[in-house]
Amino acid sequence: MTMDRRQFLKGMLAGGAVAATAASAPAEARGNLTMPPKAMGLLYDSTLCIGCKACVSACKESNHLPPEYSTGEQLWDTPLDISGKTKNIIKMYKDGTGEHKDQEKDGYAFMKHSCLHCVDPSCVSACPVSAMLKDPVTGIVTYDPGDCIGCRYCVLACPFDVPRFQYDKAFPKIVKCELCNHLASEDNDTRFQYSACAQVCPTGATLYGPTDQLMAEAKRRLALKPGTDHTVPRGRIDGNDRQMAKAASYVPQVYGEKELGGTQVLKLSAVPFDKLGYRVLPERSFASVSETMQHSMYGYLITPAIVLGGLVVAAKRSLRDDEDNQE
Amino acid sequence: MSNHAHSAPAPLGGSLVTSLTKTMALLIAIAGVILVVRLIFGIGSVTNVNDGYTWGVWVVYDVMVGSAFACGGYSVALLVYIFNKGEYHPLVRPALLGSLFGYTLAGASVIIDLGRYWNTWHIFTPGWAQINSVMFEVAACISLYVVVMWIEFSPVFLEKLNKDDLRRKLGRWMFLFIALGALLPSMHQSSLGSMLIVLGTQLNPLWQTMLIPLLYLMTAISVGYGIVIFESTISAIGFKRPFELGILSKLSKVMWGLIVAYLVVRVVDLVVRGAIGEAFKPNVMALMFWVEMAFFIVPAVLLASAANRRRPDKLFLSAVCMMSGTFMLRINSYLVGYETGEGWNYFPSLPEMGLTVGIIAIEILGYVVLVRLLPVLPKHEAAAVK
Repeated sequence: MTMDRRQFLKGMLAGGAVAATAASAPAEARGNLTMPPKAMGLLYDSTLCIGCKACVSACKESNHLPPEYSTGEQLWDTPLDISGKTKNIIKMYKDGTGEHKDQEKDGYAFMKHSCLHCVDPSCVSACPVSAMLKDPVTGIVTYDPGDCIGCRYCVLACPFDVPRFQYDKAFPKIVKCELCNHLASEDNDTRFQYSACAQVCPTGATLYGPTDQLMAEAKRRLALKPGTDHTVPRGRIDGNDRQMAKAASYVPQVYGEKELGGTQVLKLSAVPFDKLGYRVLPERSFASVSETMQHSMYGYLITPAIVLGGLVVAAKRSLRDDEDNQE
Repeated sequence: MSNHAHSAPAPLGGSLVTSLTKTMALLIAIAGVILVVRLIFGIGSVTNVNDGYTWGVWVVYDVMVGSAFACGGYSVALLVYIFNKGEYHPLVRPALLGSLFGYTLAGASVIIDLGRYWNTWHIFTPGWAQINSVMFEVAACISLYVVVMWIEFSPVFLEKLNKDDLRRKLGRWMFLFIALGALLPSMHQSSLGSMLIVLGTQLNPLWQTMLIPLLYLMTAISVGYGIVIFESTISAIGFKRPFELGILSKLSKVMWGLIVAYLVVRVVDLVVRGAIGEAFKPNVMALMFWVEMAFFIVPAVLLASAANRRRPDKLFLSAVCMMSGTFMLRINSYLVGYETGEGWNYFPSLPEMGLTVGIIAIEILGYVVLVRLLPVLPKHEAAAVK
């Protein structure tokens, strides 16, 4: 078979079209999503936390989760991490002699780990069946097992390793903090009115409220001279319950202000966050990077349609040549 | 070379009950038992997957690698129907048959890994389908391609069933299915790479690149040719047929060009992004990166020589390297290079691997049975009596 110039050019065209599906020109970039109008969240201040784990217990009670044992006697609920049975955990950092609270060297510190309710969540972007959704008003990232196919792309995608899966069940679910979203329902049969972890926290270390107010409170604390006496709200930020506190030597950063376009759960600490399991992250959300890529290739199926046209031309010509050769 | 007077495909015939088919049946039975345990006691009862490595070999091998290894039909169709290289026509049917099994099983086996498999239909249903998810694109596109491939392959069944009328009607529309059969794998094979982008900094910069879809696509196409060489070699030995050296030698040159292009893109991307330094760190990720690269560099060197391209042993070695490199790229990017937090580790358990082996056994058994019953392989007068 010899190939004339016209055929060659057609072939090149089709080949170029195939390549275009892989590396098409970037369309308009999808930027980070922005904070919902009435975003709700938590402010966790590591320096106020005493590690009592009342929040871990209350979370189990509010969410009807079973105890998880890590000791031989199996007497106490002693989860070591969030899991298919645990949505919220207090972890401890310890260095050297571990004598001094909130000190990086020879000290210790606590850190709460649960869903951060990202402003632009990777889990929502990854989920193929809309089982993970971000509430357009409160911004709470919810999970509906009725929709979920159990693919666990959310588990893989979450940069904070938050969604967990029940590997030990025949009919498993994803388990993650939903900011006690279920308590707003009329058939709330628990003793809690808002995020159980914040409601029971005796020191105000975990505080519930609108994210903008929580951010203002966090900034206020960062501006205080270490050692200053001040009062902090306990339970919910817009309540009347207040506690005495001494300002700590904070790391000058609100974790969650900028990370991946922000989170609705904010954190303060005196020990660097990467020591407490919270990595340094860029300001652009991973979801926006992924969706920009996806939309520029498949937006309105324009590129695939053009490529298909080229492929149809090429395939028709080949089939015709084939027939010619057989005759 | 003008050799359009190909010998027509014909059933191979011969016994279906051999030590090979019996072994495959046993492996499939074992996988069946593992599947039952998984359905009753959960995924964790038979696998080592955990919240740090939630996707094990059931996804990364069965789907990511399995579908790439099923690209023979796609790659050969690109050559024959899109680039109009009619001389490769005898490779189309056997390659398509391998792809048909590979893809159908990649699609079916992922359901085993879905925790809530009874909801699988949600992916394709408006109201649930979430079009921003790269996985949605992959799932929709692979499913559609499996259907397209069965249609592309249906003339073989229709030929056997003497439904010539239907076959002619279908033939008039075949150009559309051929075009779709070239488009859809280009889309989902690259998207299998795009699925990594949302992982962000959890994935080592050696693999986290905006070019990962292109890298996945290029390896999928070139491994398609590798698979054809691999399958042809095994078929020649197993079915005692002559080795089709002429055509495979030419095919290996196409594969060589793609591998060289891939290596250029891969290295330039690493250098431009400034990620190449990661390759020289004293850690497991860097080591595995070099293992991966070696599997591409070896065939790139071997097939550069025309003399080597005429040697069946060198062709086979190059094909195996190409398959290993494709395997390593996917294992590295989904498992080795991924770190979601400290303290997690994963290596597949025996039953977990057993189920994957069972799926591979279904492919081998299906291929052997169908080439004996259906007109797939080109007829060779001397060997046809087997």
